Amino acid sequence: MINLALDIGTTAVPESYLFYFLAPLSVLAALGMLLVKKAVHSALLLAWVMISLAIFYIAQDALFLGIVQIVVYTGAVMMLFLFILMLVGVDTSDSLEENIPGLRPVSIVAAIGFGGLLVSLIGRATFGRPIYGLSAANADGNAFGIAEQLFTKYVFAFEVVSALLITAALGAMVLGHSQRSKSKFAQRDLSIARFRKNNLNDAAGLPAAGVYALHNAVDVPALLPTGKAAPTSISNVLQARGDMIESSTFQMKSEEEEEK
Amino acid sequence: MQTSENLLWLIALPLFSSAILLLAGKRANSWGHIMGTIVSASTFTIGVVEFFAMQGRPEESRAVTQKLFTWISVGSFNVDASLLLDQLSICFVLLITGVGTLIHVYSIAYMSHDLDRRRFFAYLNLFIAAMLLLVLGDSYLNLYVGWEGVGLASYLLIGFWNQKPAYATAAKKAFVANRVGDVGLSLAVMIAFATFGDVSFSGMKENIDQASSTQLTAIGLMLLLAACGKSAQFPLQSWLGDAMAGPTPVSALIHAATMVTAGVYLITRSNFVFDEAPVAQLMVLIIGGITLLFGAIIGTAKDDIKKALAASTMSQIGYMILATGLGPIGYAFAIMHLLTHGFFKASMFLGAGSVMHGMKDEVNMRKYGGIGKFMPITALTFGLGYLAIIGVPPFAGFYSKDKIIETAFNEGGIKGLALGLATLLGAMITAFYMTRVVILTFFGNERWGHKDEPHESPALMLIPIGLLSVGSVASGYLLSRGESLVHWLEPVVNPLKEHHKELLPPIVVSLMTLAVVVIGISIAVVKYRGDQLDKAPEKVSMLTKAARRDLFQDDFNEATLMRPGQSLVKNLLNIDYLLIDGLVRAVGGVSISTGNKLRTLQNGYVRSYALLMVIGALALIATIWAVTA
Amino acid sequence: MAIANYLYLSAILFTIGAIGVVVRRNSIVVFMCIELMLNAANLAFVTFARINSNLEGQVVAFFTMVVAACEVVVGLAIIVTIYRSRRSASVDDASLLKR
Repeated sequence: MINLALDIGTTAVPESYLFYFLAPLSVLAALGMLLVKKAVHSALLLAWVMISLAIFYIAQDALFLGIVQIVVYTGAVMMLFLFILMLVGVDTSDSLEENIPGLRPVSIVAAIGFGGLLVSLIGRATFGRPIYGLSAANADGNAFGIAEQLFTKYVFAFEVVSALLITAALGAMVLGHSQRSKSKFAQRDLSIARFRKNNLNDAAGLPAAGVYALHNAVDVPALLPTGKAAPTSISNVLQARGDMIESSTFQMKSEEEEEK
Repeated sequence: MQTSENLLWLIALPLFSSAILLLAGKRANSWGHIMGTIVSASTFTIGVVEFFAMQGRPEESRAVTQKLFTWISVGSFNVDASLLLDQLSICFVLLITGVGTLIHVYSIAYMSHDLDRRRFFAYLNLFIAAMLLLVLGDSYLNLYVGWEGVGLASYLLIGFWNQKPAYATAAKKAFVANRVGDVGLSLAVMIAFATFGDVSFSGMKENIDQASSTQLTAIGLMLLLAACGKSAQFPLQSWLGDAMAGPTPVSALIHAATMVTAGVYLITRSNFVFDEAPVAQLMVLIIGGITLLFGAIIGTAKDDIKKALAASTMSQIGYMILATGLGPIGYAFAIMHLLTHGFFKASMFLGAGSVMHGMKDEVNMRKYGGIGKFMPITALTFGLGYLAIIGVPPFAGFYSKDKIIETAFNEGGIKGLALGLATLLGAMITAFYMTRVVILTFFGNERWGHKDEPHESPALMLIPIGLLSVGSVASGYLLSRGESLVHWLEPVVNPLKEHHKELLPPIVVSLMTLAVVVIGISIAVVKYRGDQLDKAPEKVSMLTKAARRDLFQDDFNEATLMRPGQSLVKNLLNIDYLLIDGLVRAVGGVSISTGNKLRTLQNGYVRSYALLMVIGALALIATIWAVTA
Repeated sequence: MAIANYLYLSAILFTIGAIGVVVRRNSIVVFMCIELMLNAANLAFVTFARINSNLEGQVVAFFTMVVAACEVVVGLAIIVTIYRSRRSASVDDASLLKR
């Protein structure tokens, strides 16, 4: 019995340097993805892990997959993730407080137990024949070899997967499409709502802002008959920002004052 | 043996009628009682036709049978549902249908104000059918069906007014007491099957030699137990007094004339067993003797007219049972007393019903008095029944009771003396309490305490009473003339093996009886003449107190049977509750609490499901790890 | 260096991804962790292809990528739909199955 991992299945020295350099970094990035608070940071760390993996693929004579990994995963899928993150709010940060009691320790213990057993199994695994690498299989080029497999032996699976892709695209469209359950709030509804209020003060609509030739009137309140400014005549936002100008500065002066 | 096709109709007609009346519901309210009565009258007609047909045949071939169908056929055990009409059954058929029809007629008037009259007639017809099946069955198993049927009808009729809890309880008490007797009958049937492999009367009679005397004694004692239950004999007598809760026609028909005499029929029918089982026969004598005195003593203290009559019934059936214990000669006299008793007791019960009808359903004799003036016909017929029961010649009771007393003395030895003295004493007490009933009811001062005068009952009630009175006057003479009934029954109850010796000449016994009867009457007259209070006196002797409490029969039953039974049931219930239910509940509780614990796993959080998947993967990989180690 | 080191790396990344799926509550991060697990599996497949000296492992990895892409598309669409109605991207808020 030949031990796969230790005796025969070894790599060239440059590849081992590459591995020893990138592998710890990708593990760290993965852990970071777990631990950082902001989803955007997680996404970036995941992109880093994926690029590392693409490099490993290429190092392992899987050129085609490495390119696909970078183009499809890191390019398309991760962009999709970021896009959705924008959509649902970049700053919806995940609170790291656990609200299901006991879940976190149990899950960490279980997962680490699982990983430990997996590693132990790999360590025990043996292989019955020597490893020649992929140079024979990749004689005509890696993409050619994979294409040969895909369009001969796995052609049916390939077609099924293409159907799956189309279905998924359609499904995403169906899910993304939202139909209004209520008709839009129109002028008529606004009018009805005003009359339904308890007081009829605003029944005829809010007063318009005061109009003065000397100033853009949007931030100048109208004047009530008593001579006071009417705050309801300008937008709440402008009031909150304090961008409100005292309308008295534009008040016409009486004739007597003019004469002086 | 000849066959007859008519016997089925005797049972089928009233049974169908009963079913129709019960199923038709309110629609039958207007005509139900008429149909019930007509059906009863037609059974009587069939009975009369069969009787004359039977008389026309020679003595050996008088009995007829009718096989209905094969009922049970299991291996060597074959029972046919077949009917037997012989000289003994025809007496009962005529009594049941005859008295039954009169009481149907009486009930039309008596129950006219009751909303449920239709149901009453349905039950009456059911009773007629069951009682006829009882006396017509040709095997103990067929008899058993009728036996249970009359028990059911009796239960339904005692509890007819079951809206009153006391009446419903009385019905239950009667049913339970009867059930104790029924156990005896079923055991007797089982022992008979084990012994003979056959439960028909004829089959057992032929093979009577096969059985050992022990087996016969066992069968006899079990049959006696059954008879005690149905005929209210000591120690199962306590239900009869309470059974008076039923409507008075029921008391007259079921609890005086017919059903309660089923025990006498059973023992007479089983004469071939008792003749070979002297121990059982002695027990029959003892039971009869005890009961006739027991009933008589209770009768002296009862103020409720129906209960007094019920006690009297118990006592008179004691006479009959005692007579059946006297062997071949006694059976005929038992049946004779049964028939005459059926007439005069039914007539007196109906008379009591008539008095109650006129007195707004008052049953307390202390609130009667002087009713004779207002209800002359009732008083007259009641008086005739009274003379018959105390045994004044030439009324019916004289012939039948006198013969029993005479036969008891003729038994000879200490046994004969004891039985004779017991029957004589019974006759004296009977005279006393019946005189008391008559004086308190029909003579003396008026004590009913309201202005409404009692009124005579309608003709529809009086005619049946009158006809029964004719029976109570004449039946004794007719049946004993030339010992006609004795000869009539000879083929059924074994003919006399030896000519019975006469220790005392009949005239001496008759004179002795008359003498004690006169003594009894005199005591009663002396004690109850003049004005009476409308309340029972408080200061009375211990014996009276005991008699008022039915000689502590209920207290005895309560102390020895009911309380231990109840505590047993209570304990069993506790065991059931704690142990069996506890186990069941424990299983349920464990399931529920496990479920509640497991439910928390299904908390709706996707992440916890993911955790479960991780744990599952861990388990899988651990298995692989362990297997490949 | 042993080729098996790639497998160890794959196992470690897979475990980290599994922990992330269970522990993180932001549904998008959960999805990223799932992607990490898929990628770890892909690394194992590629390594197996090399060990077995044929390209079948790479073909399987290719299929995995396609399926993962489908899954991401549909999964993110679901997240958006849930977010639209519940205004939250936390997986714990979507616990209507509780009762």
